[in-house]
Amino acid sequence: MAYLDKKARQIFLWEFVQAFLLAMRYFFAPKVTLNYPFEKAPQSPRFRGEHALRRYANGEERCIACKLCEAICPAQCIVIEAEPRDDGSRRTTRYDIDMTKCIYCGYCQEACPVDAIVEGPNLEFSTETREELFYDKTKLLANGDRWEQAIAKNIELDAPYR
Amino acid sequence: MPRKLIIDGKEIEAEDNLTLLQACEQAGAEIPRFCYHERLSVAGNCRMCLVEWVGAPKLQASCSLQVKDIFPNKDGTPAKINTNSPAVKKGREGVMEFLLINHPLDCPICDQGGECDLQDQAMGYGRAAFHRFAENKRAVADVDMGPLIKTVMTRCIKCTRCVRFATEVAGVPELGATGRGEDVEITTYLEQAFGSELSGNIVDLCPVGALTSKPYAFHGRPWELKHTESIDICDAQGCNTRIDTRGRSVMRILPRLNEGINEEWLHDKGRHIGDGLGRQRLDKPYVRKNGKLVPSSWADAFAAIAARVKATEPDRMAAIVGDLAAAEEIKALKDLMIRLGVVHLDCRQDGAKISGPRPAYLFNTTITGVDAADALLLIGCNPRWEAPVLNARLRKAWLNGGLKVANLGVPVDLTYPVEQLGTSVEVLNALADGSHPFAEVLRNAKRPMLILGNGALARRDGAVVLERAARIARETGMIGPAGTPADGGWIGFNILHTAASRVAALDLGFVPGQNPDGTGGRDVAGIIDGAQKGEIDFIYLLGADELPLENIGRPFMVYQGSHGDVGANYADVILPGAAFTEKDGLFVNFEGRVQEAERAVFPPGEAKEDWAILRALSDVLGEALPYDTLADLRAALVAELPHYGRIGEVPLWQGADPAVWNSLGADGVFETDVPIGQAISDYYLTNPIARASRVMAECSRVLLCGGDQKVAAE
Repeated sequence: MAYLDKKARQIFLWEFVQAFLLAMRYFFAPKVTLNYPFEKAPQSPRFRGEHALRRYANGEERCIACKLCEAICPAQCIVIEAEPRDDGSRRTTRYDIDMTKCIYCGYCQEACPVDAIVEGPNLEFSTETREELFYDKTKLLANGDRWEQAIAKNIELDAPYR
Repeated sequence: MPRKLIIDGKEIEAEDNLTLLQACEQAGAEIPRFCYHERLSVAGNCRMCLVEWVGAPKLQASCSLQVKDIFPNKDGTPAKINTNSPAVKKGREGVMEFLLINHPLDCPICDQGGECDLQDQAMGYGRAAFHRFAENKRAVADVDMGPLIKTVMTRCIKCTRCVRFATEVAGVPELGATGRGEDVEITTYLEQAFGSELSGNIVDLCPVGALTSKPYAFHGRPWELKHTESIDICDAQGCNTRIDTRGRSVMRILPRLNEGINEEWLHDKGRHIGDGLGRQRLDKPYVRKNGKLVPSSWADAFAAIAARVKATEPDRMAAIVGDLAAAEEIKALKDLMIRLGVVHLDCRQDGAKISGPRPAYLFNTTITGVDAADALLLIGCNPRWEAPVLNARLRKAWLNGGLKVANLGVPVDLTYPVEQLGTSVEVLNALADGSHPFAEVLRNAKRPMLILGNGALARRDGAVVLERAARIARETGMIGPAGTPADGGWIGFNILHTAASRVAALDLGFVPGQNPDGTGGRDVAGIIDGAQKGEIDFIYLLGADELPLENIGRPFMVYQGSHGDVGANYADVILPGAAFTEKDGLFVNFEGRVQEAERAVFPPGEAKEDWAILRALSDVLGEALPYDTLADLRAALVAELPHYGRIGEVPLWQGADPAVWNSLGADGVFETDVPIGQAISDYYLTNPIARASRVMAECSRVLLCGGDQKVAAE
């Protein structure tokens, strides 16, 4: 009986049919590969991408130069210098992040008491030279301006879990 | 009488003049506190030091409870004190909750953050998960306390340490508290700058961020600073300091505890001079070509000097040591000059007629000895400007022991009562022969002392002043037996120097009279006079910036120093040296105490340590000095002056030999038409570093020159 069964499978190319069905199933199933950069994977609101310095709605920069991010940074990639601004408020005169040193641990945004330094959703900031990855305050604030909507949305989404 | 106490189960015997807080510390218990401070009176208003006296109905504020008031239990067993029981913890948590009701949550922008007593103690006694105060916090207007102190009065917890410091230690009762309860505010009453040379200390005393340093505002955080132990060089007292640096810049200077010198205070010039270290710096050698100083190399600068030295007779060369030099470079310069055969050496830029054996130019009473004095004669000195921390000590002696003070010289407010004896030198004659009423006070005093300042010594008849002062000391019983005041010894003859380098330079004999018979050589006035007449062709200035060089003529001048000040202006060759923060150096204070300042940062640009410059120059001049390392130089220094090996010790009463006091100065007649002057005309601008500092310039403008203070109509 087993002999007949085997021969019947051989004659009717059963294994071929099986393989064909499998191929067809995957052919019509939804794809996991994405057509990057035209398609992108979903991202958690907690995603830790490129850094940005945020501003308040009135345009005032949030950072108050408390230096907690500098203190907590395990890679020591943040350098801050501060001075009183003309109006007497405490502001940074220099806020540098060496993105080549950064390990994207996110401690800086955890330490920040005013949600100024954040790791935004952007992961596409590769450069052609190393120097371009030494971010200064202007670059970080520009990042903040560009990504503000996305960052604000992420913070709002994550708020219930904090 | 000592009393037995059981503190946390440990039985100790405490003296009954202690407070319970001190007794608890003796027993090893740590008591949190805000208002209590060892050197200030007890206020007892923060209540953070609560402890439990078992049997008492309530917790006790340990800072204001004296051991003698703690009676034993009824059965005769010692009183039992708990410092860490649940009741104590709960009590302190309650106090902390009250303090935090009105304290703003602005630690991230507060300069005290990281070194704040309130922050630290809130870690132990704050109830983070539990607060019940939802109302608005109190807000208080800030007070203008001048260019050195920044105020954020909303943060104040009303410990009143600043008020007590101003009233008790600084002796300037310009701070006070107004209002009651929640409305208490610390004010300066009249909206004026805090007019004390010790004002910076209230920043250290403030346990929160209400008073912070204005020049340092927002510049750094305590955790990113590197600490180096150093010595203050702004006056001759040698206050112990700690230099905080970040990277290559000096961020701030703080006092270090030394009971024998500065306790824990520091004067404003020493504290805020740091920004002058970064301005007006000489960072490369310069050589004058066609009347203009042009940047040069070390080799060219040395060659220019060597060419000139070879062409000049030793008798036509001179060297002058400035006020900020360390002992090492003074020794190196002297050794080099002696090898070259130069005899015109001097360190007394101000022209003070100081000479003689070591006790004759020291502050023999020593700073701690001042505490025991009961009568004081000031001659031509203003300790409030020339040594502000010493002045606080004199004030303490007046407060504790009723020190009677008379001032012969320009009348100044010394923060304690002073009998003004006028400004005529002839009063010295009356004091010396005993006909003056204050001579009677000195004779009747148990431990009389006099302080002779440069205002009186830097006169043409300074030697006569020195002789009369020594005579006053002998006649009024200031020269007692050797030993400390505790052993019954006493020497009340003191010279108050104003320059940090002076005692070291005098120790090393950087004065005229280098011939074996003690003659020969010109003093500073003689050198300058000689240069004007064309008799001196070469002058080596080691950081000497206080000289009247306007009409110096055309001698060849070498200036070695750190700042582009007076000396560098007139120099033909400039050798960039290191400031006191940039070299390891020994400084000798006016007591004769040798202290070491460590290097905190490196000199800027091509500048080098001063002794190394002199060593390198000696090679070029063909008179190589016999030391190649700082250790070798120190060894040579100690071989010459053995007490330089005992760093930090004060040489006790070396002047015991009475013959010393009979031969001081020179007898003669006074120039009676010249009144006794002042050694310092502007407290904030006495040295090249201070003159380069913006903070000091601002202080001078606002505090001494009246500045732009508003008048009532504005």
